[in-house]
Amino acid sequence: MKMKLFGAAMAAVMAAGPALADLKIVDTSYRTGPYAANGIPFSDGYQDYFTLLNERDGGIGGEMVNLVECETGYNTEKGVECYEATKGDDSLVYQPLSTGITYQLIPKATADGIPLHTMGYGRTSAKNGKVFEWVFNYPANYWDGASHAITHILNENNGDISGKTIALVYHNSAYGKEPIRTLEELSKKHGFNLTLLPVDHPGQEQKSQWLQIRREQPDNVIMWGWGVMNQVAIQEAVNIRYPMENFIGIWWSGSENDVKAAGDRANGYKALTFHNLGSDYPIYADIQKYVVDAGKAAGAGDQVGTVLYNRGMYAAMLAAEAIKTAQEIHGTSAITPAMMRDGMENLSMTEEKMAALGLPNFGPEFDVSCENHGGNGFGAVSQWNAEAGEFVLITDYYQSDQEVIQALVAEDSQAFAAENGIEMRCQ
Amino acid sequence: MFYREAGDFKTSYKDDSQTFPIKFDRMRYYLVLIAAFAVVPFVINDYWVNAVFLPFLIYSIAAIGLNILVGYCGQVSLGTGGFMAVGAYACYKLMTGFPEVSILIHIILAGGITAGVCLLFGLPSLRIKGFYLAVATLAAQFFLVWMFNRVSWFYNYSASGQITAPETTVMGVAVTGPATEPWAAYLFCLVFCVACALLARNLTRGMAGRKWMAIRDMDIAAEIIGVNPLKAKLSAFAISGFFVGIAGALFFAVYLGAVEVGEAFGIQKSFLVLFMVIIGGLGSIFGSFAGAAFLVLLPVLLKNTLVGGLGWPTDLAAHLEFMIVGGLIVLFLIAEPHGLAQLWRVAKEKLRLWPFPH
Repeated sequence: MKMKLFGAAMAAVMAAGPALADLKIVDTSYRTGPYAANGIPFSDGYQDYFTLLNERDGGIGGEMVNLVECETGYNTEKGVECYEATKGDDSLVYQPLSTGITYQLIPKATADGIPLHTMGYGRTSAKNGKVFEWVFNYPANYWDGASHAITHILNENNGDISGKTIALVYHNSAYGKEPIRTLEELSKKHGFNLTLLPVDHPGQEQKSQWLQIRREQPDNVIMWGWGVMNQVAIQEAVNIRYPMENFIGIWWSGSENDVKAAGDRANGYKALTFHNLGSDYPIYADIQKYVVDAGKAAGAGDQVGTVLYNRGMYAAMLAAEAIKTAQEIHGTSAITPAMMRDGMENLSMTEEKMAALGLPNFGPEFDVSCENHGGNGFGAVSQWNAEAGEFVLITDYYQSDQEVIQALVAEDSQAFAAENGIEMRCQ
Repeated sequence: MFYREAGDFKTSYKDDSQTFPIKFDRMRYYLVLIAAFAVVPFVINDYWVNAVFLPFLIYSIAAIGLNILVGYCGQVSLGTGGFMAVGAYACYKLMTGFPEVSILIHIILAGGITAGVCLLFGLPSLRIKGFYLAVATLAAQFFLVWMFNRVSWFYNYSASGQITAPETTVMGVAVTGPATEPWAAYLFCLVFCVACALLARNLTRGMAGRKWMAIRDMDIAAEIIGVNPLKAKLSAFAISGFFVGIAGALFFAVYLGAVEVGEAFGIQKSFLVLFMVIIGGLGSIFGSFAGAAFLVLLPVLLKNTLVGGLGWPTDLAAHLEFMIVGGLIVLFLIAEPHGLAQLWRVAKEKLRLWPFPH
């Protein structure tokens, strides 16, 4: 029976078909499981942007994009299976959208020489390109996010938050634990008290955490949640009548799916973001024309313009721009993963570029370099308007506390380099 | 015709009590071993190792471990995920604490530590049975996962709470870490898997196994004929823990390379291994392999067929996969409540009479 299965599986793998000499992009998505509500719009946006480039421009630099989707279910074992199944034939870049899978893939992708783009998630210290040659996390990372939230609270309190209490409600996993170290540093610097409230996977049960918040009445609550945890947390906050304008979520806790379930009383909830929101951009006309109306939209096609769709599209746009940069550097349109890495390392996002793509003022300007794989750490705060049913930016892009974060990045990445015997690059 | 005892004369007690009394079975067994050791390592690539062979071998070890406890000794356990976590974290602490010692020793020690922890959580089994014991082991599952998440000493105070396996070698060949060749990882796990299976097989047909089975079938009667329930039950917990710990250590160090306790060793892992044991067949070493193969390979096969072969959307395939696997489990258990091992046994009986069954 075992042998039969092997034989059949072998036949199935063979039947999967030969790869064409295209630009192969793998979308490791999750459209099932407790995180599907967030995984679907991101994946739709990621795929639709490449579909648009194929349909409208005939690919990138004359090469068609061959998009391969693989379902991970936000599960690390399936993520590894997906990576191994798709890494052949010059896969250009991986965007796993899961911090757990990212940790898995960092050593593997480094050994295989395939770039990893963990946009706004993953291992924060990968920002240090001297240690992490193949990993990129521009334009912003978790520690930037933690600093953005604190800066926002500082600005609201006229620059003084000493003695205040800030609670962190976080997903009890590698993802949720990321900001703790930064918040601890910042609490020393600004003199606020930090309360840590872990929520276990998948996060449907948060009664005790919110009971504690109700009892202790922290001045602000920051949340690091994902999937169903976000909806439950916002509902619980509404239930205990926590003032929503004092409740700030990381960018992964700020999509329409997360707040809609809580109804009108979620009005005023804040979330960070590192790109702009809404669908008021010229590119959406093209997406409508070439992708949606042509029946080529990924998934059900009903996510266009949502926060996470925009984020997926932004990720795809950054990947496409990196491909263009790589094509320019190496003077060939059929690039390899190693060339892709060079393209990512020399990526420079400017306002002119974004405007030319039909996305004016969509994200912060940033440059990637050999030393800095994480961009400049700009982000903004958005707020939920329940009546209009949309998130609205309420601040400009502002930079995180680089002094604190750079020191932490250097410390953590050097520990990693020492542990793994990595020699510093970019000398 | 070719599958029968006739003509295969045994002239010693040793021959009489061997695991495979039928010549054809013996040949098949040696053939599988030769293929596994001498052929497979030369033909496999990264995908086959990481998606098929490593999970199959490692889950087989875990299933053998749980089968000793549930199938042979009749003590229901829902703590397998937690015990695998003990193996993984023990291995991690040993690997980072004593990098000069061989990984082989670390993994065996990790099994030993898990055996100790498992023994500790097996103590309630002396007073409670059945569903109540299952609930007690469930507490072990939650406690252990909580502890590995909470106490930062276990993950060396890393910011993310993840543990990452450093590179280690056996005889100069890397077996953990990113530079591992697929054949090396495969052979490493295969050696452990074969050794565990041999050990388990011989334990279960010796005195220890007979005591466990006596306890399983009726503990009061077993006590009356002189089986010490304390020793029998606790030894089952300890030995089961040893195998599960080895599986956990391999799962972390060789297969995944980096794990996060809640995600990798959550309650769903306990259920997965328990399902393997139930579907494979309680009280059977072959059943452990069959169950692991069924639950590891079938989803991969379905995925490759539906997405790769038929080109269906990945989400539809993922949902269908759940339904098909679930449906097959129900079907199998209705058709043969004793699992795949019983099907195999029936097939062998039939084969003995073939082609003249009357």
